[in-house]
Amino acid sequence: MSQNEILRVEHLKKYFPVEKSFIEKMLTRTRHFVRAVDGVSFSVLKGEIFTLAGESGCGKTTTGKLVVRLIPPTSGKIFFDNVEITMLDHEALRMLKRKMQIIFQDPYASFNPRMKIGEAVGHPLEIHDIAKGLEKRKRVLEILERVGITPAEKFLDLYPHQISGGQRQRAAMARALILQPEFIVADEPVSMIDVSLRTAIIDLMLNLRKDFGLTYLFITHDLAIAKYISDRIAIMYLGKIVELADKQTIFSNPMHPYTQALLSAIPVPVPEQKRKITELIGDVPSAINIPSGCRFRTRCRCAEKACEEKEPELIPISPNHYVACNMAEN
Amino acid sequence: MTVEALTVEYWTRKGKIRAVEDLSFSLEKAETLGVVGESGSGKSTLGLSLIDLVPFPGRITKGKIILKDKEVLKLRKDDLRNLRGKEVCYVFQDPMTSLNPVKKIGDHFVELIRTHEPQVTKQEALKRAKKMLRDVGIQPERLNDYPHQLSGGMRQRVMIGLAIALNPSIVVADEPTTALDVIVQAKILDLLNTLRDAYGMALILITHDLSIVLQRSDRIMVMYAGHMVEYAPSIEIYSNPKHPYTQGLLKSIPNIELADQKLEAIAGSPPDLLNLPKGCRFWPRCYCAFERCRSEAPPLITTGTEHFTRCFLYEEGTKA
Amino acid sequence: MQKLKIKKSMLSHLLPGLASLAKRGLAGWLVIFGAIVVAAVVVMTMVSPWIVPYDPSKINVGQPLLPPSSQFPFGTDNLGQDMLSRVISGGGIMLQVAILSVVVCLIIGVPLGLFSSYTGGVIDRFFSLIMDSVYAFPGLILAIAIALVLGRGVINMALSIAVVYVPSYFRVIRSQVLSIKEVPYVEAANAAGARKRTVLSRYILPNVVPSIAVVATVNFADAILTAAGLTFIGMGVSIDVPDWGWDLANGRNFLLSGAWWVITFPGLMIILLALGFTLMGEGLSELLSPRLEQ
Repeated sequence: MSQNEILRVEHLKKYFPVEKSFIEKMLTRTRHFVRAVDGVSFSVLKGEIFTLAGESGCGKTTTGKLVVRLIPPTSGKIFFDNVEITMLDHEALRMLKRKMQIIFQDPYASFNPRMKIGEAVGHPLEIHDIAKGLEKRKRVLEILERVGITPAEKFLDLYPHQISGGQRQRAAMARALILQPEFIVADEPVSMIDVSLRTAIIDLMLNLRKDFGLTYLFITHDLAIAKYISDRIAIMYLGKIVELADKQTIFSNPMHPYTQALLSAIPVPVPEQKRKITELIGDVPSAINIPSGCRFRTRCRCAEKACEEKEPELIPISPNHYVACNMAEN
Repeated sequence: MTVEALTVEYWTRKGKIRAVEDLSFSLEKAETLGVVGESGSGKSTLGLSLIDLVPFPGRITKGKIILKDKEVLKLRKDDLRNLRGKEVCYVFQDPMTSLNPVKKIGDHFVELIRTHEPQVTKQEALKRAKKMLRDVGIQPERLNDYPHQLSGGMRQRVMIGLAIALNPSIVVADEPTTALDVIVQAKILDLLNTLRDAYGMALILITHDLSIVLQRSDRIMVMYAGHMVEYAPSIEIYSNPKHPYTQGLLKSIPNIELADQKLEAIAGSPPDLLNLPKGCRFWPRCYCAFERCRSEAPPLITTGTEHFTRCFLYEEGTKA
Repeated sequence: MQKLKIKKSMLSHLLPGLASLAKRGLAGWLVIFGAIVVAAVVVMTMVSPWIVPYDPSKINVGQPLLPPSSQFPFGTDNLGQDMLSRVISGGGIMLQVAILSVVVCLIIGVPLGLFSSYTGGVIDRFFSLIMDSVYAFPGLILAIAIALVLGRGVINMALSIAVVYVPSYFRVIRSQVLSIKEVPYVEAANAAGARKRTVLSRYILPNVVPSIAVVATVNFADAILTAAGLTFIGMGVSIDVPDWGWDLANGRNFLLSGAWWVITFPGLMIILLALGFTLMGEGLSELLSPRLEQ
């Protein structure tokens, strides 16, 4: 692992067993799994914003949770700061959580409705026995000011339902930052926030990166926002990464048919812009019955016989541009 | 359709909320109108009020809605029911819960068609249903499926199929694609436009996503806190936005076709509808609010051909 | 002086609390009304030694089986005891049993429910199985069976009732916890590194408390009725303490001969107390279900 990498993920998999009814349990032997994350490998460099992008069900949120060890992986390895964290025990995991944090999508649901904002933001300090009482209050006020919640004093005693969605998401960031982590996973942080407030939150995240030296794993389905904020982007489909490159390359030279289709479908805010939308055949297959070979072949217009048998690897077709496609290898 | 001075209020325990206030516009045949707004703007309430379906404790307190020379709000119950589904169709936001899970797709169509045209036989209705499905891009065999057997995108297409089954003059689609993925979203929006051209119906697209309406509507209405703040053809909105809110919105949506975009935020947050600011509802967030804005509410002003803005900046124009 | 100070601070919290309850419509009024009824009965029982016209246990203060009159507004029973005095002081046992059983249920049912449902897996299935089995029994019959084993007395009655009702608490808490377990703010607490007990006590428990309150109030009502039932069949306390349940059992013998007042008034009081709790419970559950307003 190079000195520059803060996170590395190797062949990460997460399978969720499908619950069977009693009768099914008796009659069938085979177990079915939802292959939410099916062999994902990538690394995140210090200080960068690495985006996992894709549509719902592609496994990006699950990957985010795996990376912060919120859920245990089925197989694969995770390295953080040169240390393997895949199989850490409970206590070691607790220490780890001081270094990596996560911000959730729904600002309404990510706060305990019965805890005041001041308490909620300061709770991580209590959990890790870092600060109590006045010291804790001081740090909470500081971090609230830093994320733009002013006057911080006023917000300490408010409950989540008394503040707006945008403010809640800022408070969520405050809570994530109060332990001074190095790495933050942001899971769709603005998709449930009003459009007029999104830019402010995104800019806040960028500023915080500068001031605190943070690294972000950014998860989103909105490629337009991905283009604005990311350094590198990985496009996911049905649990695997199909293309990985820096932002400019993804948008100027998408190689994977799925990436091309996605990009062509993004609405552009210009009237009467006639865009040629790359047609995809059919719908996304279920994650329980993933097609053999290349999992995208059922929707791909250029799929050939080989695609049924060979599952494409994510290989570089140029420095720092990786694609998983049997056709692209030629 | 013409709407005049529509006002809708919600009488809640905590107070009276004016979800929509003094809204007027007109809809031409086969026109696509995009209604854009954030949470609390009143856009969904507007959509529901067009078919007089505003849920309790809301009620339409002022205004007229005129469709083909009939006043919608004055209709008798039966006539109103006939209107809904036949003249004006509503496509709801969430395709997951808008279909009856215990009814087959075909039954949905049959029930709809036969409610409004009881003389139609079941076979006739099914034939029409098949045609609808083909029009929206679903294989006709799926008539025998139940909603849970279809994906979200397909369910939304079924909803659209149901909406146009009776060849209405107006389709109101409330956030038709928010719950869907980007590729499906593009297909559904294209479908709506195709159908509009084929059937000659007007389309009202209610959404928070300005990019969609800029791309696909003829005219756009921007709503903020219950007021219409700007109303103009999309090209005008894009090239010549007048209201500070519209300008702010345009500057804050990322455009993937631009190389290095610098996005700008709009200050403040959407207002609390129970505690609206005095004067112009947008002034606390406006970069150029002056004294007058804080005490007086601006009227709708004509600021160009077919271009209306609710802002004191354009006072020289005639009142709309 | 101390007592007055306490009362003052309680009132200053109580009045705004009541005011906000009243604003919540019919449900709020139900809670207030139920609470008043319960409070009235409790107070009455507590001050009974000072307000009874006659010593409730003293026999032959009047002729036996006298119908209600100005001297004995509720009449007298077969032992010549004044029914009014007995009614005023007869709630003591009931209330003690009810309160004790609810306390026991809370101490056992709540932590067990929290722990079991949050941990999940085999442990959860094990406890659920036990609880469901107990729950399947008809309450009164199970209480009788346990009381037979344990014997008479307030504590034993309370325990038998508690055993019957712990599963209700367990089930309610379990269903609440299961729905809250996967919510983002619990995930966030885990992501911050909180220990299980912290998550349970500071994140899950406070959000479960409203439903506990509902169960507890309904449980009170049930406990009272079950206590009455146990006493009625003779599993209750000894004779010399005035008790509504006892009077119920006793009064049954005289119904046919026309002395309806011996059984009726104690019966009405039991109903009233149970009703008070039930109203509170109903009101609370109404108030607490549609929590999120637009």
